[in-house]
Amino acid sequence: MESAAYSADLAAVWLTLKLATVVTLLLLVIGTPIAWWLARTRSIFKGAVGAVVALPLVLPPTVIGFYLLVVMGPHGPLGQLTKSLGLGLLPFTFPGLVIASVFYSLPFVVQPIQNAFEAIGERPLEVAATLRASPWDAFWSVAVPLAKPGFLSGSILGFAHTVGEFGIVLMIGGNIPDKTRVVSVQIYDHVEALEYAQAHWLAGGMVLFSFAVLLALYTFNPARRKTP
Amino acid sequence: MKRLSTLILSLLALASAHADEVQVAVAANFTGPMQVISVLFERETGHKASLAFGATGKFYAQIANGAPFEVLLSADDETPARLVKEGNGVAGSNLTYAIGKVVLWSADPKLIDGKGEVLKKGGFKHIALANPKTAPYGAAAMQVMGKLGVAEQLKPLFVQGENISQTHQFVSTGAAELGFVAYSQVIKNGQVGSGSGWIIPGNLYDPIRQDAVILAKGKDKPAAVALLKFLKSDKAKEVIRSFGYELP
Repeated sequence: MESAAYSADLAAVWLTLKLATVVTLLLLVIGTPIAWWLARTRSIFKGAVGAVVALPLVLPPTVIGFYLLVVMGPHGPLGQLTKSLGLGLLPFTFPGLVIASVFYSLPFVVQPIQNAFEAIGERPLEVAATLRASPWDAFWSVAVPLAKPGFLSGSILGFAHTVGEFGIVLMIGGNIPDKTRVVSVQIYDHVEALEYAQAHWLAGGMVLFSFAVLLALYTFNPARRKTP
Repeated sequence: MKRLSTLILSLLALASAHADEVQVAVAANFTGPMQVISVLFERETGHKASLAFGATGKFYAQIANGAPFEVLLSADDETPARLVKEGNGVAGSNLTYAIGKVVLWSADPKLIDGKGEVLKKGGFKHIALANPKTAPYGAAAMQVMGKLGVAEQLKPLFVQGENISQTHQFVSTGAAELGFVAYSQVIKNGQVGSGSGWIIPGNLYDPIRQDAVILAKGKDKPAAVALLKFLKSDKAKEVIRSFGYELP
């Protein structure tokens, strides 16, 4: 195997880890308030918001990818916005991949955290309130620690799902080395070019990685026993 | 009563022609013409062509692993040759059924001039092409830019589609201002249908020969032989040409 090909593979691995890390952190910041709201609200919009969050679970990635390409493109609303802000266009850039990934991995982070918040119930928060904890304080010192298993599952699933995503990245990435050429695209390229040996070591690595992630999830997560 | 007898007669005619079904794997870029051709083929010969569309590289992997295809209409001439060499294709059955033409295309009606000067002038952020490593149209695009001496200067602006249809999407959505696509994707009534385009002269790239081959599973099958023969007929050629391909 040539060293140039090797270094292209390593660059793809590094880029993928970078993307998944950034996306997971952003998802925790964005997903937590959404999960909290969904868990506590009695609003009539709860169903609609929950459905939008869950959309990426049912839509084929190429469909999401195509619409993201249209929305982020020069004629789409997001494209118009980023252009007028002087940020340029998002397709074919790393930030573009991050935004797309945040959208399609959202349910994988929101749903476990939401379930964990719902499992806490009213009681611990009422107790905290009677002890004069502000809602903000109660959230951080009661809800978050109790929902820790949900955060753990959400982070692991969000990270793993971002690593494994292919269809959307393919649609809006443009296969640019060090910017948008992630491992899944690199594997696809190797297979298409009939470079099966290289495809094997990357794909094998991905299988091992996914297994390790799920093993960690099922071994260390005590919440699995509680949630129905 | 009359209708019934016609039906019986046509059924008899079909039976006497040993009507047969052939499983065909078709390169995605040839989807449009092949849908028309298969109808004509069925009408003409009584055989039925059942079509699957996809990327040639994927078909190769599937065929090498026992997929039940009997004929492959490839996007290149290397895959059929390789299949024959490895014993998965019938030796001597290769046939160039179409030659692909490359066009530099933009959704913007004003961007591309009739000589492709825009490649030297610049003024765009992204130029789309199919992955040159895996797609014949991408390799041709690289040759064109190489011959025009703009490959190095444009390289930082490359965005690659995994195949020619994805490349077309990049350009048609405007996400990439321009790109190298197949003429068959943008042809309408014998010319570039929308936006602006430059049909690249044939001397700037090696012809994109698309070969068909009978696969091992279709060996000695009358419908498979008939399909390859039909691809050479005038009726089929007319369809192929109208979709923007050249013929050998």
